[in-house]
Amino acid sequence: MELTRRDAIIAAFAGGGVTAFATFGQTEGLLQSRNETTELGDAEMRTLVATAEVIYPSAISGIETFVENYISALPPSQQGLVASVTDELRSHTRNVRGRDFPNLSIGERNSVLRTMGVDRVGSDAYGTLPERVRYYVVNQLLYGVYTSPTGSRLVGIQNPVGHPGGYESYQNHPENPQSDAD
Amino acid sequence: MQTDRTPSENPDVCVVGSGVAGALVAYSLARRNHDVVLLEAGRRFDLAERGRQLEEALRPSRDINDIWDMGGERDQFTSSGDIYYGLNNTRVKAVGGTTLHWLGITPRFHEKDFEMNTRYGLASDWPISYEDLRPYYAEAEEELGVAGSSDNPFAPPRETGFPMPAFPPSYSDSLFADACDDLGITMHSVPQARNSETYDDRSQCVGFSICIPVCPSGAKYSADVHIRKAEEHGARVIDRAPVQRLDHDSRGERVEAAMYATPDGARHRQTADRFVLACGAVETPRLLLLSTSDTYPDGLANSSGVVGNYFMDHPIVSVTAELDQPTNQEPIGFHTRESHQFYDHDDPTPGSIKLVFDNHNPANPAEMAMRGGDSGVRGDLTDVLTGDSWGDAVLEKMRGATPNRTVRLFASPEVLPRQGNTVELDRSKTDNHGNPVPDITFSVGSHGRETMAHCREIQRDILDELGATVVSESSLENPRVASHKMGTTRMGVDPDTSVVTPELRSHDLENLFIASSSVFVTGGAMNPTLTIAALALKLADYIHSDT
Ligand SMILES: Cc1cc2nc3c(=O)[nH]c(=O)nc-3n(C[C@H](O)[C@H](O)[C@H](O)COP(=O)(O)OP(=O)(O)OC[C@H]3O[C@@H](n4cnc5c(N)ncnc54)[C@H](O)[C@@H]3O)c2cc1C
Ligand code: SF4
Repeated sequence: MELTRRDAIIAAFAGGGVTAFATFGQTEGLLQSRNETTELGDAEMRTLVATAEVIYPSAISGIETFVENYISALPPSQQGLVASVTDELRSHTRNVRGRDFPNLSIGERNSVLRTMGVDRVGSDAYGTLPERVRYYVVNQLLYGVYTSPTGSRLVGIQNPVGHPGGYESYQNHPENPQSDAD
Repeated sequence: MQTDRTPSENPDVCVVGSGVAGALVAYSLARRNHDVVLLEAGRRFDLAERGRQLEEALRPSRDINDIWDMGGERDQFTSSGDIYYGLNNTRVKAVGGTTLHWLGITPRFHEKDFEMNTRYGLASDWPISYEDLRPYYAEAEEELGVAGSSDNPFAPPRETGFPMPAFPPSYSDSLFADACDDLGITMHSVPQARNSETYDDRSQCVGFSICIPVCPSGAKYSADVHIRKAEEHGARVIDRAPVQRLDHDSRGERVEAAMYATPDGARHRQTADRFVLACGAVETPRLLLLSTSDTYPDGLANSSGVVGNYFMDHPIVSVTAELDQPTNQEPIGFHTRESHQFYDHDDPTPGSIKLVFDNHNPANPAEMAMRGGDSGVRGDLTDVLTGDSWGDAVLEKMRGATPNRTVRLFASPEVLPRQGNTVELDRSKTDNHGNPVPDITFSVGSHGRETMAHCREIQRDILDELGATVVSESSLENPRVASHKMGTTRMGVDPDTSVVTPELRSHDLENLFIASSSVFVTGGAMNPTLTIAALALKLADYIHSDT
């Protein structure tokens, strides 16, 4: 299932505090926050994409573009936090593996995350490094993909919780999840 | 960011509390050129924060009370009744109050709710009738923006249509339709303060499906809407300004000032011609009980001794069941069908019942994925040993939970006011300002218990007819509550048994008024907020015409 730019943008809109669907007169928006972004560099973005390749289902393609669009559309402050925890993950990986995280194979990346205990801890924005990686890297990326229809369609849901997908869908006959996941 | 939190100079009206009650009083008076200042204990939340709050609400690491900064020393409480009362789950302290977090269902009370004693010999009548509130119900529906339809044959009489068309039924509602038909139960639409189309410059509902605890689009009404409108008409709102006590004049006839604290540690004295308390049914009596003096050693406006008595809430009766077909695969954050067929009753007991057909969806992909595929916290406990799954493994687990095959029925039963259900001061425990915290005593009497049992019978009948297998039932002994806090400063004509007059003026102090469900005499089985709003608008009219 191909992730689209629209998926990423909507997910970030929803998560980024932008009331784009209201007519509040709030104009602070996605493009504005993208242009203001400075902290997040190539190395961090590559690390995030490399993490997504581990934690996203293999049925999803277009991961790189999705992650780039989604992360760069987050509000600058949140993006900065994601970037700095990503950097910590990179240095940790260099310490234990002698190489940068994105340069490892998917299996090795998986093993780095699990050996650190990222799969065993709760996510905590103020916690230990594994807890912060869980919060700012792993869960941020999972939030992005599973509040977008492309992610949720893999489980047969067109309009997941957290996605502003139009309120008509709740009236529809449930669809067979398998037939959607092509 | 507010920096000037010093008092206003001699305003006409000082409103305490910025929930829907306080916001509507402030707006309705400011619109008619009254000089209004509003003191609010909690902070302002910017609209631009709502997307972040949505994300926090879905993340497993956050407690639901964190979303609106509830809890901590400021919000300590004690629960000492038969039923544990988790007060902080039932309220929000912020500009906009609890409607920031509410679901938004807005039925009117029925005529019978105002006449429980005359009709059934139970409790007391209200000193006002449905007819007295009827025009204000219509005005409240306009102000809040209620979507509804006239398809409900059990609804009380109304003069006009609803401001917006009702929300159509969900797929899961349609599964109940045949069973209800066979049992002779009528399902109908649900009036709710949620935009089924663009209304009042706010978006149509776009289906974020997370109305509790936060609507990111603004389609769900919350009282910050009327705070903004009040401010546009010149009202001044001071946030983070919890009122500590009210001071009266030497004769004990008028309130002179509200003493409030500010974040810099200062204390201020806000004078005004009139004071309106709109702090909800727990903090309103608490503030009165904290305001003791030589003249009023038992607290202000409490010559009757009933301030804090007759506390009410609706216990929830729910049943969850499974069908052998998909039910509510596409989630939505609210329900779209109810039945009020069991509301008006002939015999006194069992009392009124409001039956709800829920749009139940336990599968929430983002939350499940972030929990490693666990559908609830119980699964998280084993993560320390086994580790969470992600990638394809988590998807497999999530597929096991979909398609969703569950259906759920809710009901709220009528409970009667009981004098022993109280909000008192717990002097052994203090809040961040050194004030005794509220102590809630809540229990359900025999009328309520019989009504709850009747709810359960109706629910089982429907699920039997549907051929569904019951998987869980809420406890009738220790029910959760609907967060409909009512009673505690009841209205009445007799100063010996009530706190405020039918005009909502304190019997004891001529310039002190209360806008809250705390003035309800009985609680019916309907959600209270449209009635709170109607009473607030009525009070504002009274104050306007009295000046
Ligand atoms: C989860 C949930 C769902 C709900 N769903 C529904 C529903 O569907 N339909 C319905 O009708 N009702 C519902 N309710 C109940 C509804 O939210 C309340 O009835 C309503 O919001 C009460 O409004 P209020 O203005 O009286 O009080 P509140 O909104 O509680 O406002 C009181 C305000 O006063 C402030 N305050 C308190 N003490 C002080 C002080 N000393 N000084 C200054 N300020 C003070 C508080 O900070 C608060 O902001 C729900 C409630 C919850 C929790
Ligand atoms: S479903 Fe609820 S949260 Fe989503 S837009 Fe509609 S009202 Fe708001």
